Amino acid sequence: MDLLNAIVALSNFVLIPAISYGAQLALGALGVTLIYGILRFSNFAHGDTMAFGTMVTILVTWLLQSWGVSLGPLPTALLALPFGILGCMALVLLTDRAVYRFYRAQKVQPVILVIVSMGVMFVYNGLVRFIIGVDDQRFADGERFIISVRTFKEMTGLEEGLGIRTTQGLTVVTAVITVALLFWFLNRTRTGKSMRAYSDNEDLALLSGINPERVVMITWLIVAALATIAGTLYGLDKTFKPFTYFQLLLPVFASAIVGGLGSPLGAIAGGFVIAFSEVGITYAWKKVAEYAMPAGMEPEGLLQLLGTDYKFAVSFVILVIVLLVKPTGLFKGKSV
Amino acid sequence: MSQTMRAVGLFALVALLIVGTGVIQSWNSALLILNMGLVSAVMALGVNLQWGFAGLFNVGVMGFVALGGLAAVIVAMPPVREAWAVGGAGVLMALALGVATIALAVWLTRAMPKGRLRALIMLVVVVGGYAAYRMVLDPATDAIESINPALTGYLGGLGLPIVLAWPVGGVLAAAAAWVIGKTALGLRSDYLAIATLGIAEIIVAVLKNEDWLARGVKNVIGLPRPVPFEIDLQQDPAFVERVTGMGLDVTTASTLYVKLLYGAMFAAVLIVVLVLAQLALNSPWGRMMRAIRDNEVAARAMGKDVTARHLQIFILGSAVCGVAGAMMTTLDGQLTPASYQPLRYTFLIWVMVIVGGSGNNFGAVLGGFLIWFLWVQVEPFGAAVMDLVTAGMADGSALKAHLQNSVAHMRLLTMGVILLVVLRFAPQGLLPER
Repeated sequence: MDLLNAIVALSNFVLIPAISYGAQLALGALGVTLIYGILRFSNFAHGDTMAFGTMVTILVTWLLQSWGVSLGPLPTALLALPFGILGCMALVLLTDRAVYRFYRAQKVQPVILVIVSMGVMFVYNGLVRFIIGVDDQRFADGERFIISVRTFKEMTGLEEGLGIRTTQGLTVVTAVITVALLFWFLNRTRTGKSMRAYSDNEDLALLSGINPERVVMITWLIVAALATIAGTLYGLDKTFKPFTYFQLLLPVFASAIVGGLGSPLGAIAGGFVIAFSEVGITYAWKKVAEYAMPAGMEPEGLLQLLGTDYKFAVSFVILVIVLLVKPTGLFKGKSV
Repeated sequence: MSQTMRAVGLFALVALLIVGTGVIQSWNSALLILNMGLVSAVMALGVNLQWGFAGLFNVGVMGFVALGGLAAVIVAMPPVREAWAVGGAGVLMALALGVATIALAVWLTRAMPKGRLRALIMLVVVVGGYAAYRMVLDPATDAIESINPALTGYLGGLGLPIVLAWPVGGVLAAAAAWVIGKTALGLRSDYLAIATLGIAEIIVAVLKNEDWLARGVKNVIGLPRPVPFEIDLQQDPAFVERVTGMGLDVTTASTLYVKLLYGAMFAAVLIVVLVLAQLALNSPWGRMMRAIRDNEVAARAMGKDVTARHLQIFILGSAVCGVAGAMMTTLDGQLTPASYQPLRYTFLIWVMVIVGGSGNNFGAVLGGFLIWFLWVQVEPFGAAVMDLVTAGMADGSALKAHLQNSVAHMRLLTMGVILLVVLRFAPQGLLPER
C-alpha cells in the first residue's frame, strides 16, 4: 500500500485533466445558459461558434508566429485571443441582425428558434471548413510543461510522476479570471443587472425601461467571448478539429442542463460534474488501485468502467439521471 | 386546387432535374440520386410524422438509421458458427443479465418508498449488475473477436434474405425509441432534442466499438443483395441478347438494370409508407395528433393522454427511419459505422422536412428528393463556379489552390443558407400543410 503514489497517479491521470476539461466545458456551458436565459432557446450553433472563434484565433496566431512574435513560455495564441473574440463577436452580431432578430420581433416559439439555430450551425460549420479545412490543427507553442513528469519524479523521488501541461494551468487560470469577470459584470454593473432582470421577467424588465435589443446585443457579445475563450483553451489543450467542436455540443449542453438551464452558477458546476464523471468513468483505475490496495489484493483487470470511446455515453447517462430525478437541474434553472 | 397544381408542378420540376442529370451527366448518376432520394424521402416521412404531426423535436435520426443498418447485418450475413460456439452463450447471458439489472432497478424505483435506503440498494444493484455483466461479457467477446479477426471476428447474422432486414430495422429503431421516449418525453422539447442527440451518438459509438456485434470500424462488407449482381447479368446470355436487341451497351445496361430494381423496391416501400402516413393524417387519430401539437393543454383537458400519444408517434416515426436505414445499407451493400455523421444523417433530413413543408407528407417526400439532389449536385456545380471565380488568378497561387480544395465544403454552407432562407420567407415550406 502506497497512498502517496496513489494520490499522485490519481492527480496526474484524473484530477488535473478533469479540472482543465471541466473548466473548458463550464465556459462553453455558460454561453449556452446565457443564450437560454436571455434569448430563450437552445443554441445548436454553439459548438460551431466556438469553432469559428478558435479558427480566427488560430489564423491570427499563425500570422503572429510568421512575424516572429511570441510570448516566451506562454502560447502565442493568448495574444491572438482578443482578435479571435472580436472576429467571433462580429460573426454573431451579424447573425443576430440577419437571422435571429426577425424571429424575435415575431415572438416565435422557442423550438422554431432552435431549428433556425440548426441552419446557422450548418452555415458556421461550412464557413469553418471552407476557411481552415477539416483537418487537425495544432497551434500551441511556448513551454510545454509547467512541471514535467520527469522533473517531478526527480524532485520528490516518487515512483509516479505528476505532469502539469502549460495549457492545463493556463486553462484553469483563464477560466477563473473569465468567470470572475462575468459574475462581477452580472452582479455589480448596471448592464449586468438589467440582463438578469430581463432573464427573470421579460415584461417587468421592459416596463422598467430596459432596452431589450441592447440586452440581447450585450448577451451575444459575452457569449462570443466565452465561446472563443472556451474553444481556444480546448484547442490548445487538445487539438483543433471542426468536427470535434461540433461534437462538444453534447457535453456542453449536458453541463448546462445538469446545472440548470439559465443558471450561470449551475453551468459551472455542471461542467465539472460532467468532466469528472467522463474522465473518471473512462479511466482505467488499475494503477491507482495497485497503490491504494493492501499488498496481495491488487485487482487483475484494468478496472475501466467504459472504453474512452463511450465518453459521450457518460454525459448522456448523467443527463438522463438528472432529468429523471431533478428536471430543473442542480441549481434551479428555468425549465420544467 | 392550386395546392395540388403546385405539388404537381414541383414534383415535375424534381423529375426534370433528375432526368436532366441523366441526359447531361449519366443515367447511372441519375438513378443513384433517384434511389437515395427514395430512401431520403422515407426518412423525411418518418421525421415528418414526429415533427409535422406531433411537434416532437427529434435530432437523433442518425441513431435510428444506424440501427436499421445494424439490422441488415444481423439479418442477412451468414452466421459465424465458430464464434457462436465459443461466445454466443456468454453474450446472450450477459445481455440477459443487463436487461435483468435494469428491470430490477426500475422495479425497485416503483416498489420502494423514496429515501436513502432505496438509493443505497439501487446503487448496489446497478454497480453489481454492471460488474456481473462485464464479467460475463468480456471473455465472451474476446473469444468471438479472436476468431479469424481479419474476415469475421463477430457473431455474424442469421443468414436470412436481406429484405427481411427492413422490417427488423424498424423494430430495432422502435425499441430504442421506446426507451428514449419513456425517459425524455413529457419533459421540455429541448430536453428531447438533447436526449435524442445523445442517444444517436451512443448508438453509433456502440456500432464502432463493439466488434463482436458488427465488426466495429472494420466494417461489414459484401452484404447479400436482393438483386442480381451486374457481373452475373453480363454473363447471362438471355440478358445480353435482350439488351443488345435494344441497342444498349451490356455493361451499362446491367448497372442500370440493377439500380432500377433497387429503385422499384424502394419506391414500393415509399408508396406504402406514404399511403399509410396519408391515411393516418386524415384519420381521427391524425386530427388528434395535430390538436395535441397545436394546443397541448386544451387536448389534455379534452381527456387525451398527451404523453402516451407522443410516445406512440415517436416510436412510429423512429421505426420508419429505421426501415429507411436498413434500405440504405442494403443499397450500399456494406455497413460502415464511421460514415454515420450527424450533419448528414440527422440535420440534412431536417432540412428536407422543413424545406418540403412540415405537416405535409407530400412535402416531406418532395423535400427528400429535392434536397438530396442538391446535396449531390452542389459539389460539381460549386466546382464549376469556383473554376470561374479562380479563372483570373495565377496558376499555382495558394489562394487558388485553397479555394478549389474547399469546394467540398460548399454543401454544408448551401444547406444552411437554403434552410435559413426557407424558414424566413416560406416558413411553411414549399408545400404547406393545408
